[in-house]
Amino acid sequence: MSAPYAITSHEVSKTYRSVNALDQVSMAVRSGECVALVGPNGAGKSTLFKLCLGLVPPSSGALGILGCDPQEARFSDVKRRLGFLPEQALFQGSLNAHETLRFFARLKGADETQNSGLLKRVQLSEAAERRVSTYSKGMRQRLGLAQALIGTPDLLLLDEPMSGLDPDARRNFFQIIDEEKARGAAIILSSHILTELEARTDRVAILSQGRLKAHGTIGELRKGLNLRPQIRLRADASQMRKLAKHFAGRFDQSVFMNGAAVLDCAPGAKLDLLRELMSDTLEFEGLDIIEPSLEQIFAAHTSGGGTR
Amino acid sequence: MKQIMVIAQKEVTDGTRNRWILIVTALMAGLALVLTLLGSAPTGATKISSLAVTIVSLSSLSIFFVPLIALLLSYDAVVAEEERGTLLLLLSYPVARWQVVAGKFCGHFILLSSSIILGFGIAGIVIVLSADQAVEEQAWAGFALLIGSSILLGAIFLALGLATSAFVHERGTAAGAAIGIWLLFVLIYDLGLIGLLASSAGQMLNDVMITGLLLANPTDVYRMLNLTGSAETAALSAMTGLTGSGSIPPVTLTALLCLWIVAPLTAACAMFERRRL
Repeated sequence: MSAPYAITSHEVSKTYRSVNALDQVSMAVRSGECVALVGPNGAGKSTLFKLCLGLVPPSSGALGILGCDPQEARFSDVKRRLGFLPEQALFQGSLNAHETLRFFARLKGADETQNSGLLKRVQLSEAAERRVSTYSKGMRQRLGLAQALIGTPDLLLLDEPMSGLDPDARRNFFQIIDEEKARGAAIILSSHILTELEARTDRVAILSQGRLKAHGTIGELRKGLNLRPQIRLRADASQMRKLAKHFAGRFDQSVFMNGAAVLDCAPGAKLDLLRELMSDTLEFEGLDIIEPSLEQIFAAHTSGGGTR
Repeated sequence: MKQIMVIAQKEVTDGTRNRWILIVTALMAGLALVLTLLGSAPTGATKISSLAVTIVSLSSLSIFFVPLIALLLSYDAVVAEEERGTLLLLLSYPVARWQVVAGKFCGHFILLSSSIILGFGIAGIVIVLSADQAVEEQAWAGFALLIGSSILLGAIFLALGLATSAFVHERGTAAGAAIGIWLLFVLIYDLGLIGLLASSAGQMLNDVMITGLLLANPTDVYRMLNLTGSAETAALSAMTGLTGSGSIPPVTLTALLCLWIVAPLTAACAMFERRRL
């Protein structure tokens, strides 16, 4: 890897006629880093991928992919170091997995002998001789990932890579992501399955209406929003009545109506509340601590309240 | 060049796997055989070889079928890839857009020309095996010209189909445009020309102008090349008096056909280059 940053984007905008698909997006992705790109449909994620691949030129701003402007003629060589998985991983149905990978490896000028290993990594070895037209969506997605890994790319651009994957395949997917990160590849992936991204990516970039609303680690994004952690208590009816009485005036009584009560913690008050709950006077069956999730952070930023 | 061949090879594999080549070859061979066998019957009393009859019959029929088959093959080459979502992936690889067009054209060209050679070739073999006397060398040259020019005619409509596919954004539109192209060049143009000649305005046209109008349509160029290629076929097809095209050498007509391939192919590359993804 020659450049420390696989992607550098400085105030990149893309306008289609009067529509701002991307508006002054600035971000950078280091080698060996995995960044999750999240945002509602039409937020500009696919446009950003197209810009990174040099398929469309930016309207303004500067973009660098592996140290090269995607609009330069020499970017064609840089493409050999890229791996891309489109949102809809569809392939020629008449070819089998081996033939599909051979076709793409030849286009990339990559070593075709690695194809069997790639199919093994995505758990498709047994179906490698079957026509792709017989594949399920999840299998096509796995073949798409194998295709993106051809030629051990320095940068992986994965658009909705977990779409259609079952839990086992998702585990395998994140294992591959960890392996690719470990060898120094930069990864940018978009997804709507936010719960899984939270634990498996280094940073999160939230796009909404073409603007980069937030960019940083989950911790950094939480701080910026001042979201409250919650404590969820499970209790039977008599325990719940006692809890409601104890917290009367401090929490809304409607919180204690059902078998589980969710208490919002004021900033810095989580530990005090936990100590109070652990005192001998209060009884309950179970307790969970719920930190603000990526989904809450995402909702806060995309509902219009977020800032860069 | 390597990228073009890789894409062409994929197209050929696809065309072979989905039995496209098999079906079209069978269709070509079937047509050629029917024409050969039926066309041979009335030739016994005349001095015209059955191969010459076959050439006239096949070229008349090829004008309808070869463009149609070529358009069917190429009309959605680009737009279908875009609709399927495979175009974005293909272009994320180190391959230029013009190479995609060229690769698809080469692949389709190999498929179509293989079908024509095999299909018409079967008819040729049947003629040789069933002929009472040796087929004249000139007739064989005419038959080879028929195969070669049919391949060129197919290539023209492959290129026109590709240009259509690179221009439109929906597969249905591409299908409509392909039908329009076929109707225009194969039927409407000649009907219009005949109408023009029959009308009072036709009196204003001299031979050169009429020939010029014929040369503007690739199917007419193909017809002139095959049906006026020899005295035998010209007599059989009643083409000798129409254009006086004996003055246009076959090389010129072939060059015109080649130009009809290059022009839409260049347009296809240019339109695909400007296409918004």
